[in-house]
Order: sequence, then C-alpha cells, then structure tokens
Amino acid sequence: MELTEQRNVVHQTRDARRSKSYPKLSPAERDALIQKYHPDHRAHAYRPIVFGPNAGQSTVAEVATLLEGESPVPADLNLTPDYSVDVLVVGGGGAGCASALHAHAQGANVLLATKLRLGDSNSVMAQGGMQIAVGSDDSPVQHFLDTLKGGHMKNDHQLLKVMVEEGPSIAKWLLELGVLFDRDADGNLHVKKGGGSSKARLLTCSDYTGLEIMRVLKDEVLNQKVPLLEFVAAVELLSDANGACTGAVLKDLDNNRFIVVAAKTVILATGGIGRVHIQGFPTSNHFGATGDALVLAYRLGVPLVQIDTFQYHPSGGVYPEQLVGALVTEGIRSEGGHLVNGKGERFVNELDTRDVVSSSIIRECEEGRGVRTPSGRVGVWLDTPLLDVEHGPGTLDKHFPAMVRQYERYQVDIRKDPVLIYPTLHYQNGGVKIDVNGETPVANLFVAGEASGGLHGRNRLMGNSLLDLMVFGKRTGILAAERSKSLPKSSLTLEHLKRFRAEAKRHHVSAGIISPMVLPAYTNK
Amino acid sequence: MPDTLDIKNTLDREENLQPKMVTVEIEGKPFQVPAGITLIKALWYVGQDVIRGVGCLGGFCGACATYYRTKDDPKVKTCLACSMAVEDGMSFSFMPAFPARKATYNLLELKDPKQDLFSLYPEAPLCRNCNACTEACPQHIDVREGVWKAVFGDFKAVSEMFMDCVMCGMCAPVCIADIAPNLVALYASRAQGVHFTEKPEGLSKRIQEITDGRFQQEWDRILKLSDEELQNTSAATT
Repeated sequence: MELTEQRNVVHQTRDARRSKSYPKLSPAERDALIQKYHPDHRAHAYRPIVFGPNAGQSTVAEVATLLEGESPVPADLNLTPDYSVDVLVVGGGGAGCASALHAHAQGANVLLATKLRLGDSNSVMAQGGMQIAVGSDDSPVQHFLDTLKGGHMKNDHQLLKVMVEEGPSIAKWLLELGVLFDRDADGNLHVKKGGGSSKARLLTCSDYTGLEIMRVLKDEVLNQKVPLLEFVAAVELLSDANGACTGAVLKDLDNNRFIVVAAKTVILATGGIGRVHIQGFPTSNHFGATGDALVLAYRLGVPLVQIDTFQYHPSGGVYPEQLVGALVTEGIRSEGGHLVNGKGERFVNELDTRDVVSSSIIRECEEGRGVRTPSGRVGVWLDTPLLDVEHGPGTLDKHFPAMVRQYERYQVDIRKDPVLIYPTLHYQNGGVKIDVNGETPVANLFVAGEASGGLHGRNRLMGNSLLDLMVFGKRTGILAAERSKSLPKSSLTLEHLKRFRAEAKRHHVSAGIISPMVLPAYTNK
Repeated sequence: MPDTLDIKNTLDREENLQPKMVTVEIEGKPFQVPAGITLIKALWYVGQDVIRGVGCLGGFCGACATYYRTKDDPKVKTCLACSMAVEDGMSFSFMPAFPARKATYNLLELKDPKQDLFSLYPEAPLCRNCNACTEACPQHIDVREGVWKAVFGDFKAVSEMFMDCVMCGMCAPVCIADIAPNLVALYASRAQGVHFTEKPEGLSKRIQEITDGRFQQEWDRILKLSDEELQNTSAATT
C-alpha cells in the first residue's frame, strides 16, 4: 500500500483521538517496557572492556573497540611545542565556545582547536530549547527532581544541583550577549513544557534555539579574537612525570601534520558519539560526533561513567530517505502532537521520557503495528496537522518554521500530512568522569558538555543538554584559567601512551582500528 | 531483548536506496549516483572525501553551501548539500569559503548601535536593490529587505527575519556592493538583544532568590531522601 493511502488512517482517526488522553506509565511499567525494548538492554550488543580504567565493565562493542584502539601518534614523536598556552579548548560547539569565552574573560591565553569549523556541532541543531527554572511556579529543586526521575535516579546529585542552580545566571549571560529568547507579553521569558518535566521550563528561540545561541557564541569568540585552529583534531593528550595533563597532540586535517600544544590546562569539549552508529542506528548527530574525548581521556587513565547507556531520540526521520535519522523536534509532541501506529491508535503518552517513548515505538514496529516505507524501513506516524487543528491554522508555521522547511524540501507538507518517525541515536548519556568543576581525576584535564558523564543518569531530559554545555563550559573555563596562573611550565611526555600500549600488549589486544575516529568513513573507496 | 530489530531501519545500504541511477555533474565531472540521495551522500558515493563542506548534516550549520543547476535550466540556484536530493542532469559545485569581512565589536560598549552600524559596516547603506541576495538565500529569507531594515534601524524586524539564517554566507558573493548581509543581520540581531530588549523581571527575581538561599530548606529536605522517597516527592511551590 502506498504511503499516501496508509496515512489516511491518521486523518480518519484524528477527531476520535483528540477527545482522549493517554495515561503515563507507572515507574514499574516504564522499567518493564525499557527492559524489553530499549536498545540499551540488548545484551548481544555489549561486551566487557578488556583493559584500562573501566576494565571488565560492559559497554557497546563499538565503544569498547574505540577505547582499546591504537593511537595514531608514534612513540618517538618530536614533542617540541608548536604552541604554548594556558588553556587549550578542544571542540568548537556550545561547550567549547562557552569554555573559551569564560577562560578568555579571565585573562588566560586560550587556544581553541576544532576538527571542523567553529560552531559545527550538535549544539547548533538543538531545536527543543533549554531548561531553566525561571517560572514563578517552578524552582531549581523541582528541575532537579524532574531530571533525576527522567534519569532513573542515576544522576550524580552534586553535578545536577550545580546545573539547575546556575541555570538562571546562564540565561542572564546569554541575554547579555544578545540571545533572543522567546518572550511573554509582559517581557518575561516564555517557557514551554518538555517531555518528562512537571513544569513549563524550556526557554526557546522558536525552533532554532541552538542555532541562535551558537550564532551569538561564535560571533563573540571571533569578536574576542580567541585564537582558533579549524580543521584540526586532537588525537592524543600529553602528560608529565606525575601523570597530570600538560597538553595535546593535534592533527591538521588539511595536511595530516601533527601539531604539538603545550597547555597548562586542557578542556575537552568534543561532544557525543552518534556517528559511531552504535548498534547500526542512524543518528541525528553532526558529522564530527565520534566520541573523541572518551578515547583521549581513557588513554590518559581517566575512568568513564555510565558508558553503557545512550539516548535514542524517539523521533528520527524514516521517510523520505534523505531525512533518515534526522531529528524531528520533540517540540511537536510538547505541543500536543500524537504518535499513531499503522492501525490509527495512540500507544504511549507522548510526553513521557524519551527512553519510554522510544521503547514503545520499537515495540509497535516489532509487533507488526508499524508502517513500512517504499524503501523498506519501518516507523510510526507523528500527527503534525493536529497542531494546526488544536491551536489554530498557522501554528506549525509560527512555532516550527525549521521543521516545515526541512520537509518542504522534499515536497512533504507537515501542515497537511503526518510524518513517519523511528528512534534515532541522539545522545551519549554517560561519559568522562568529572567533578562539579568539570575536572577529571587526572589533574588539569577538564571535560565539558556531552563528552562528560554522570549528570544525566541513564536518560537525559529534553532541554538539559544546552544548559549542561553552558554551565560546565563556564565552570571549566573559569577554573582552568585560574589554575593555569599558578601552574609552572611542565614537561611534555607520552609516558601514559607507553603504559597504555604495554597494557594492550599484555592483554593481547591488537586493535584493528586507530582511535579517536575523528571523522566517520562514509566515503566509498 | 529479541534480535528482531528490522535491519532495514539501520544505516543506509545501497539496497535500501532506490536502485535507479542518475547522472550528475560534480565540480564539472559526470558521475552515476543512486537517485534521491543527498548531494553530500553523492560525493561520498563517488569516493570523494568531504571535510570542508560538511557539518551538522541537518540543515542548520550552513557548512555545505552549494551552487546547483537542474537539467536544461540556465538558472544557477543555491542549496544546502545535506538537504537537497540529486536528480538526473543536475550539476553542482560546493561554494568555497568566501572572504567576506566580519567587523569586530564589543556590543556592551556600543553607545548608539543603530548609528554604529555605519562605521562597522560602511557598505551596508550602499545596497543597489538588485535583490540577488534574496534570490541566493537557501532559507528563503528576504535578505535585501533585511539589509534595508538594518540601515533604517529596524533591528527588531531584522532579528525576526533572520532567525532562520544558518550563516551559510551565500548572500555575500552575489552582492555588487560587497555587503555580507548575514553578518550585518547578525550584528543587528545581537544589538537588538543587548540594547533594545526588555530585561525579564522574573529572571532577575529568580537569580536573587537563589543568591538569598530561598531554596535552601527544600534542598536540605530532599537531599536527605532515599531514591524511593525522591521518586515520590515534589518541591514545595513558592
């Protein structure tokens, strides 16, 4: 049956569905659903890590292989520094820009290296918004509780408390830089409701929140003349005799030359891992999301936390083929869009947490209630026209211009017809272990943003990532800058790499791959 | 967990793509590629490494600004290569990084941002109304109108019109007055936010409440709770 015919069921059942609400699941029901259908619980996709700080712990095979991978840096590399700086920031997304700006404001000599262009990141794609408890009926404590429940109570309490309490001051900072958040008629910040949150708490810039924030932060990095190295990836860290971090080896992707940076402090802000395509999932992530910080920190002896859990965003595109894996904003569900199976039925409360909604979509598809596309993929409907029916014509145009445009390019009018979706690999829930200042157990090595772990527990709530980036970008930037003032110039060695290679040999691991991955290998050779 | 995830929902595989092949011209050279894939995927398909022309792959970062022409049509158009499908007879080339001048400024220190526009971007009022920028915009922004609004000081309108701007910069090379409209609009939008937008009172109040320890009692209460108790509690409302 053609898709055009199959989607009639969505139109035919819309009125009947509007009059009914779908209950949220109890905690026990949620757990059972996730255990059975969430990709985090597919035992065959997991294996123990053979050696290193997390030896014996289980993670997906793709990540274990990267962690045990071979460094591209030869043991005898000449470590005469090409640059000597106070703070080296690796990564040019939201966390990297925030770190660099705050460190620079403290008077530190900063260098920002990024493997693509400044700003090319997942941050720029964040559509849903940024959670900050600014409402008069809301509080940072409630933000804490909602996030904890969303994360299955596995979030690091200290990291989380810091994030929710510093949220409002971050909103102030962004406003001072000129970020144009949506407003209410009285001039206050407009807040929207997000999945898993008990209060309306999402600050938004229509559905371009990440783009607006990144336009501004990038512009400010350029205005402040922070030295930049674009198309330059970090491929190894450097350490001194005590094991503290003292810099990094970078690789210029234009000429494949190594660049040695002596840095009193290093901040890794390299983002997530979607382009590793864990379990073969398509991804909503940008081209450079290859989990580089995990590998770099791990080889320097830093443990990772909750590295067995990933977020599969419920609404990735399934049709048309060009949009496979691309994100369909959660905002559609926040504003009342229904998920509908091939039989025209709702099957989950759309505002339940992402892991619950994704698991339920996978269940519908596996049990034969999905919808098949011409190229053989399977998904469920997201009833977008319902928004214009519920809130009046023009709602989609006004609140979701990016999404209207995204589909218009392929002759799909989301105002008239529903879209097909299926979960897409979206976010690395865990990551490098950090303390409340974003510092790792290895001295002078900091990690900010998605690359770090612990804050989000086993499932991140919508809108908490943008806040995470800004809060821990700020904290790492300020502390790294301050720390660098009191640090003497240190030695640059690859001793940690020597130890890592010896351990690999002892465990008879001969890595088939070079890591970090840096960029995915999509090119046909 | 059963191993029944439909394999066809995973990565792009050739057999999942429409088998029909089309001929396209990439940077002047003809190639056969599967119909319907994006221009970026076409480059990968024919074996070209892409580093400079790829970013978010979702139509938001503007890295993959591309010129293209469809079969027998003389009109050269613009697109984002991650968000455009190939068709038979199409010809396309990536836009190289364009050396437009970005002014640097400290927004907070500006005294009269609407006037300062003319010293930061003196070319802005020299628009000759050719409308090429508007036609070049893959986001369908009325760029020319935006430049005029900026010149006349309607920064609010500029900020609203350019909320969709992905900074691909395709409006700049076509400008006969050497204006980089995206950069002018970014300046105007930021100035609008910094100088001409109300400070939200509720936010200041919340920051003050946090500074004053207004939530301390609630923190003290909940941080003592077990996971099970936390699961069932809510924060006291104000």
